[in-house]
Amino acid sequence: MTTLNSNIPQGNLADKWTTYKSTCKLVNPSNKRKLDIIVVGTGLAGASAAASLGELGYNVKAFCYQDSPRRAHSIAAQGGINAAKNYQNDGDSVYRLFYDTIKGGDYRSREANVYRLAEVSNGIIDQCVAQGVPFARDYGGLLDNRSFGGAQVSRTFYARGQTGQQLLLGAYSTLSRQINKGTVKLYNRRDMLDVVVVDGKARGIIVRNLVTGEIEKHFGHAVVLATGGYGNAYFLSTNAMGSNATPLWRAYKKGAFFSNACFTQIHPTCIPVHGDFQSKLTLMSESLRNDGRIWVPKKLEDVAKLRKRDIKPSDIPEEDRDYYLERRYPAFGNLVPRDVASRAAKERCDAGFGVSHSGLAVFLDFKESIARLGKNVIEERYGNLFQMYEQIINENPYETPMMIYPAVHYTMGGIWVDYDLMTTIPGLFAIGECNFSDHGANRLGASALMQGLADGYFVLPYTISNYLSSEIHTKRIPTDAPEFVQAEKSINEQLAKLMNIKGKQSVDTIHKKFGKIMWEYCGMGRTEEGLKKGLSLVPDIKKEFWTDLFIPGEMNEFNPELEKASRLIDFIELGELMMRDALQRRESCGGHFREEMQTEDGEAKRDDENFAFVSAWEFKGDDNEPQLHKEQLNFEVAKPSQRSYK
Amino acid sequence: MDLTLKIWRQKNSSSKGKFETYKVNDVSPDSSFFEMLDTLNQQIIEKGNDPVAFDHDCREGICGTCSLYINGRPHGPKRGITTCQLHMRSFKNGDTIVIEPWRAKPFPLVKDLIVDRSALDLIIQAGGYVSVNTGGIPDANAIPIPKMNADLAMDAASCIGCGACVASCANASAMLFVGAKVSQLALLPQGKIEAANRVQKMVAEMDHLGFGNCSNTYACEAECPKEIKVTNIARMNRQFMKAKVCAEKHEAASFGG
Repeated sequence: MTTLNSNIPQGNLADKWTTYKSTCKLVNPSNKRKLDIIVVGTGLAGASAAASLGELGYNVKAFCYQDSPRRAHSIAAQGGINAAKNYQNDGDSVYRLFYDTIKGGDYRSREANVYRLAEVSNGIIDQCVAQGVPFARDYGGLLDNRSFGGAQVSRTFYARGQTGQQLLLGAYSTLSRQINKGTVKLYNRRDMLDVVVVDGKARGIIVRNLVTGEIEKHFGHAVVLATGGYGNAYFLSTNAMGSNATPLWRAYKKGAFFSNACFTQIHPTCIPVHGDFQSKLTLMSESLRNDGRIWVPKKLEDVAKLRKRDIKPSDIPEEDRDYYLERRYPAFGNLVPRDVASRAAKERCDAGFGVSHSGLAVFLDFKESIARLGKNVIEERYGNLFQMYEQIINENPYETPMMIYPAVHYTMGGIWVDYDLMTTIPGLFAIGECNFSDHGANRLGASALMQGLADGYFVLPYTISNYLSSEIHTKRIPTDAPEFVQAEKSINEQLAKLMNIKGKQSVDTIHKKFGKIMWEYCGMGRTEEGLKKGLSLVPDIKKEFWTDLFIPGEMNEFNPELEKASRLIDFIELGELMMRDALQRRESCGGHFREEMQTEDGEAKRDDENFAFVSAWEFKGDDNEPQLHKEQLNFEVAKPSQRSYK
Repeated sequence: MDLTLKIWRQKNSSSKGKFETYKVNDVSPDSSFFEMLDTLNQQIIEKGNDPVAFDHDCREGICGTCSLYINGRPHGPKRGITTCQLHMRSFKNGDTIVIEPWRAKPFPLVKDLIVDRSALDLIIQAGGYVSVNTGGIPDANAIPIPKMNADLAMDAASCIGCGACVASCANASAMLFVGAKVSQLALLPQGKIEAANRVQKMVAEMDHLGFGNCSNTYACEAECPKEIKVTNIARMNRQFMKAKVCAEKHEAASFGG
């Protein structure tokens, strides 16, 4: 049986990574040339890893489902990236970034991993500047910072409201350089459909060429998953349409444990849902909370008039506005962490104070900061976001407050990895959003970009050599080996089975139904009763899928409906695990709010005695329940305390 | 809203394509253009037919995956946005909308409205980067950069690589795309060292891939969803001339000679 060993190095927290780097095993340059590494995904984590491994001299194969590696959804991250540079002289340090991240994650992540993340954060900024990433600067020519939720220092570096784009294009450019040099070979428009395991080790992947429909087999001495999060299980989320959980789910079914599946981040500032035809939700960067104030009316009669459009938001006098975050959390105000801000919005809307026609929206108001700083400053900081908002809602946020509501955004859960970022399948690594590692039960703003690039540029290149040093005698395994042939055969059978359902409903129809179940029972507030109800509905959805789905076209051609169907069944199965995970976690922590477990004033009530662990689920076959393993979390430095932002 | 759509359908690059006409009714003016196409595809699938293939991913105007000529204009009738940000309130009830793929020789057709834009990746691979490896980098504040240069570099770096500039150009020129990358890096001290080499390699690759030349119609700037300025083309031309004329001198300068 697989046992969970996190392989955390001995020694003081602050010395662990330094010790690891000086003592881990290395691969000499002439052997690196003989080793093949597969990297799946070309977002911040995947592109930075593939490029860095190529620079080191390994043979890298990079895969993405998009037409170009530059389009991975990291590109849509807006607000910024954290680093402990302390350029603002406001008291920041590696320790403080570590502490804020552990606390922000509600003490459900590993100290050693998070400390390492904070430690390498500064190098990321240096690296990106050297690549030509045009971060915002002051008039003296030095880098500018902004503040973000959950921190009292300004440590966030940004490039207007397009930080993710600029960082990804930086990583993409270094990746392109390696492609040009021939150390990385790019395979675009490929969906990874399976991991190939030979003698207990990950040795390759099966992919579908999305243009020709051809199934391809690829060998690697190691396989790295950098495939992002699984928020699209909810159908509506801020993820890209193509973002999917299939590589993770197939790895899980091959023996990789899945951790903290229920930890999803519902982001507080998104454009509200406006109709059944809606295909996705759009995020408005959290950085807007630096200058915007969140409120709803104090009086229900004002709410009623607003909804009927009898009055405008500006008609409501100051004394009749409830700036509820400032009221409830005076120390952090509008800059409380995302989970806290989302729940507070839900609480007001549930109490009937939602300001839109649907009742599911609150105001984010810039009137005061425009008066204080001038329209130009606001435009420089957030111009592209304001424009994006106006396109979608057809209202000018310089003149009337934005309407926002929480939406599914990021998944803290993911594949279990040890300190080396290796999963429970030897030779299979998981980096970036797709692992569970650094954000605990709630991710702080501007930390996802930091983690993706930390893993790809600075962590994996060391830890993967530690593994590959013992693989230098392994000859390349030909892809006609029985394990490859068997994996290919079973993928072909699965695809044929999907094509042969020949029912009536489209993929989206079933996905929307399933998404509603997920949002209703595994969304911002979760209860034992609700989760059981949600779980009881899954068999019917699965049955609907396997009997009434319709996929037009053929298997061996460009077929977007087949792609979506293959992803949807994995979302349904993963959604079931998310609800199962949420059910077992009888505590409220971070993004996981169990309504039974709250303090008298409605704050999350964590249970460190019984739940200070990482859940790690082991697949036991399609007809059996998965087995829960627990990795106990030990806090030696950052002692858990009640998380208070008051 | 009730609409008539004329859409280019083509099974793959080797088959012959043609326009098909479709009707969609009860479209909400608040839905996006792609949500309208989703509705159409839902109708097509319900009838058991093959839905219209189109490229899309982030649906928030930043990934650059989406394309489409809509009524003869790349990314539709509004300035400064991508197709995925276009909303149906920009059309009128009863309108007929013509939808075609990008047409440019270096962008071969894949299916229906999808084209292959790998050529743009190849141009970046030829030199659109600063040659630094991971690690061993001096502190990010070691080299101050004038705010104006950083801002101009950021304007150029906003390019999303969608290819609208190529699609809008009578010569299928990629000069705005290349100019934006050359400018971004030439404006920053980190990129200056390789500037001469970079511009020559990227321009050579662009020519090699069959993109045409610029004839100053400025259609690219008008249609660019990120409103990248043609001044970037001028900057690239200056860089290119400088590289050709003072190649040796530049080499010497960059190596301290």
